[in-house]
Amino acid sequence: MKKYIGLFTNGLLKENPLLVIMIGLCSSLAVTTRLVNGVGMGLAMTFVLLMSEIMISAFRKMIPTSIRIPVFIIIIAAFTTIVDLVMKAYTPALSKSMGVFIPLIVVNCIIMGRVESFSYKSTVGESIADALGMGMGYTWVLCAISIVRELLGAGVFLGMKVIPDEYTVGFFSQSPGGFFVFGILISVGFAMNRAIERKGAVK
Amino acid sequence: MNDLLKIFLSAMLIENVVLIRFIALCPFIGMTTDVKKSVGMSGAVLFVTALATAATWPLYMFVLVPLHLEFLQILTFILVIASLVQLVEFYLKKSAPALYSSMGVYLTLITTNCAILAVTFDVITKGYSLVESLTFAVGVASGFALALILLAGIRERIKIAPIPAFLKGTPILFITAALLSMAFGGFAGLIK
Repeated sequence: MKKYIGLFTNGLLKENPLLVIMIGLCSSLAVTTRLVNGVGMGLAMTFVLLMSEIMISAFRKMIPTSIRIPVFIIIIAAFTTIVDLVMKAYTPALSKSMGVFIPLIVVNCIIMGRVESFSYKSTVGESIADALGMGMGYTWVLCAISIVRELLGAGVFLGMKVIPDEYTVGFFSQSPGGFFVFGILISVGFAMNRAIERKGAVK
Repeated sequence: MNDLLKIFLSAMLIENVVLIRFIALCPFIGMTTDVKKSVGMSGAVLFVTALATAATWPLYMFVLVPLHLEFLQILTFILVIASLVQLVEFYLKKSAPALYSSMGVYLTLITTNCAILAVTFDVITKGYSLVESLTFAVGVASGFALALILLAGIRERIKIAPIPAFLKGTPILFITAALLSMAFGGFAGLIK
């Protein structure tokens, strides 16, 4: 049990895909102008990651090593298609505002990286823990970016208008703001990891 | 002709794939450690993007649409791109070893490059004709090259610049990208 909790928390901060490994950045900056988009993207991504990791770890002994990459791609693409079609049917507005970034989940390096380096070598249980940890780690960073950008850019916090339009900074809801907020967030992430390490060293 | 130029310029500058639309950020951060690397990567992307668009556009229009298989778009496109990259790699290795040694390493990375898949999807959503699609593809790839080479150049200066301690390493790259992105925002009024 402890092993699974360890695998789960690993993705949250220590090996956070966005802040530490820095892969899968594209979607995280593009969709995070509003919190709804951030949450939607995070959940879509977690679903694809979880299902692909389960499938691949379950069939890992049957997939020949030499053609594993094409097999991974097909599995990931199938689940991405499912997410894309479901979102188009039930949340058309959300699907439209994210546009090309839902199909782009298929080439998201986080998924490819995790199935290749982790679930191809691990059991189904471990893969589930890893996928949930990575997925949640991805989602919370997305939420953090989008809360900051929505608050400063549009003056909206959790659906409430808190800053009147005259005082909002358009910079944050446009592209440069995305890079800026993310840059600051990485440096905060580094600082947090460093603080945790230092605490561990003292013990 | 004018229309094509418009598509090219807006794909390259106004809607710059990396700095404005946030697509293909991984190579933008990973491949810009020096100018030479980023030139090699850009060349490979330019080549494959054009090739991929030329392959997927007819596939979608003449195979998937008549058979009502549009829902297989994601699956087929990624497979076509992946096998195309493999083929190009084999071909270059055999017939142009010099080109292969300068571009080969980047080719393997390209399969999972979001820019290429995004372009092939974009041209379908925007309803471009084949010629327009190819122009768009080349425009996007040139924009990619421009952004990469600019950042690589700046990165070489950053190495010797005094940077606040908490921004050392990757954070400063994103701040730089934010400034570059702001500069590209200035192109917004270029085409009416």
